Amino acid sequence: MSIFVDETTKVIYQGLTGSQGSYYGRLNREYGTQVVAGTHPKKAGTDVDGVPIYANVAEAVQETGATASCIFIPAAGVRGAVMEAAEGGVTFIVAVTEGVPAHDEAHFYNQLKRDYPDVQLLGPNCPGIISPGKCNIGITAGHIAKAGGPVGIVSRSGTLTYQALYELKQKNIGVTTCVGIGGDPVPGTSFIDCLEAFETDPETKAIMMIGEIGGSAEEEAAEYIKDHVTKPVSSYIAGVTAPPGKKMGHAGAIVSGGKGTAQAKMEALEAAGVQVGNNPTEAGELMAEIVASF
Amino acid sequence: MDLFEYQGKQFFAEYGMPTSPGQIAFTVEEAVQAAEELGTPVMVKAQVHTGGRGKAGGVKFAANIEDVREHATNILGLDIKGHVVGRVWIEKASDIAEEYYASFTLDRSAKKHLGMLSKEGGVEIETVAEENPEAIAKIWVDPVDGLNEEECKEWVKAAALPDQAFDGAVDILMKLYEAYTSGDADLVEINPLILTPEGNVHVLDAKVTLDGNSIFRHEDYAQYDETQTRDERETAAHAKGLQYVGLEGSVGVIANGAGLAMSTVDVINQVGGKPANFLDIGGGANADVMAGALEVINNDPNVKAIFINIFGGITRGEEVANGILEAMQRVAIESPIVIRLDGTNADEGRAILEPNLSDSLLMEATMLDAAKTAVELAR
Repeated sequence: MSIFVDETTKVIYQGLTGSQGSYYGRLNREYGTQVVAGTHPKKAGTDVDGVPIYANVAEAVQETGATASCIFIPAAGVRGAVMEAAEGGVTFIVAVTEGVPAHDEAHFYNQLKRDYPDVQLLGPNCPGIISPGKCNIGITAGHIAKAGGPVGIVSRSGTLTYQALYELKQKNIGVTTCVGIGGDPVPGTSFIDCLEAFETDPETKAIMMIGEIGGSAEEEAAEYIKDHVTKPVSSYIAGVTAPPGKKMGHAGAIVSGGKGTAQAKMEALEAAGVQVGNNPTEAGELMAEIVASF
Repeated sequence: MDLFEYQGKQFFAEYGMPTSPGQIAFTVEEAVQAAEELGTPVMVKAQVHTGGRGKAGGVKFAANIEDVREHATNILGLDIKGHVVGRVWIEKASDIAEEYYASFTLDRSAKKHLGMLSKEGGVEIETVAEENPEAIAKIWVDPVDGLNEEECKEWVKAAALPDQAFDGAVDILMKLYEAYTSGDADLVEINPLILTPEGNVHVLDAKVTLDGNSIFRHEDYAQYDETQTRDERETAAHAKGLQYVGLEGSVGVIANGAGLAMSTVDVINQVGGKPANFLDIGGGANADVMAGALEVINNDPNVKAIFINIFGGITRGEEVANGILEAMQRVAIESPIVIRLDGTNADEGRAILEPNLSDSLLMEATMLDAAKTAVELAR
């Protein structure tokens, strides 16, 4: 099995008519994802490579029965696009867009929790989600992942996720689902959301968690693992030697006031029984050992 | 984007918060002129993007024009924790009865806005938090609801501010929240927020960090972008739109993706080297971006070797390899380059690089080996 999305998931692309949306929409479709609709307020009735365009998410849901949406809308429009998707009736929203203001994120995060508690938002500023062999929503190169499990991956970084998928594939290890939660200060989906889903997914036997400096999401995940996760976890945290007070590429990757350091996160994870690698390769090797022991 | 104190005060004033009249001065003469116009006594305050100005001698009281001249002469050009003072804020001096602290920032864990208020202001809030945490009254504000006045009043009561400061504090805090949200700030901090002997509550210092991602709806924020503290390398990288952070070492780093770039910096340290920078060129890694990145790294006199660490996802290995070779033709690189290319079509990409390898262009199969080689070359 997989978490959040599988071969039955029908997806709407908000921004399918744009350059990024049409490019990744096509790649996702070629991978096998059910790309059933796009939206554009002024282009309803047209199509992109045969995928019909509707005026908004609500109409697209009504016509296609889609349950998920993927947002390739410029940052200024993301807040509106997220709420449009939730109001339109989808229950899983992937916001790929980078550069969304933190106040917008905090606003729609809380608005969703209050008015649409069943909606799971992934991102913004994330590579998306892939259940290898079944469904790929976002910008991950599908062919670098081996299908089938037993490993589930959750990560704050795009390229480090790809690296992990690729290394596991080279070791002939499959992945149930790989979730990129993104590098922004208010991610819609947390490590804990994914850990919880992986823990209940029978095909996921082990979990790989890739974190980075900034915030306390890894520490909270460590607490959760200690109390609720029975499956083995390997981890890697990027930014051990990052200087304090500097944003390292991602808006959320910053050590401020001595908080959010990689050391503190690694210690918390180790204390929760997680096997922590010093670099991505080492974390991959630790996971290979875990899988070999099954 | 960090604002200077005076920019922060002007930002607060736009939202109707009471601040003292003042003027910015870049020279001693300008400082003197400002003081003459404002009327002494004034404060002469260094404008730098760092704390601890007072201890470093960057904040002085001037009773008369002679004092202003003396202090401005001493403060302009002063080095405060590596920040050289280029401008001073001349502000009408205030009488202080009491000093408080007030701030709003995002609590990433609670995913709500966090307001902090304390009647122990004028000192570092971290110190108060450590020594006397009960002295800080906290409020968590749901971004959807915003801060309402009743909650704000309860909050001020919880902080036990004296009665005469109550109304003024509530007024300022409501406006501070408005500035924080409407202004898309990561942080707004007033320390100290003062009560004057006449019973007025007043902003005496301002620390503001704005969200760079919000510029699309705040066109005037471009002015703050221009006054960010960046070294020469960071300025050049910023102009090219590259995600760059200058570091102190000798191994130049180019990687695609923030996580991989962070990881590359870590691995260089792990094998005993010192990275010269963090540089994320994004997912594509085409020739244009690569050439821009190499130019920035090449202009860093500390760089003795360059480590290009690329993972091909949707971008194929041969595109990456061709991009690197093309970029190398455009920029005359002075340091040896070590490449690690992995991911989609990595073999094809490596085959393209193979015939071009030399003492100044090396290739390694793994990130760890590439880091070791680059560190060795930088010695």
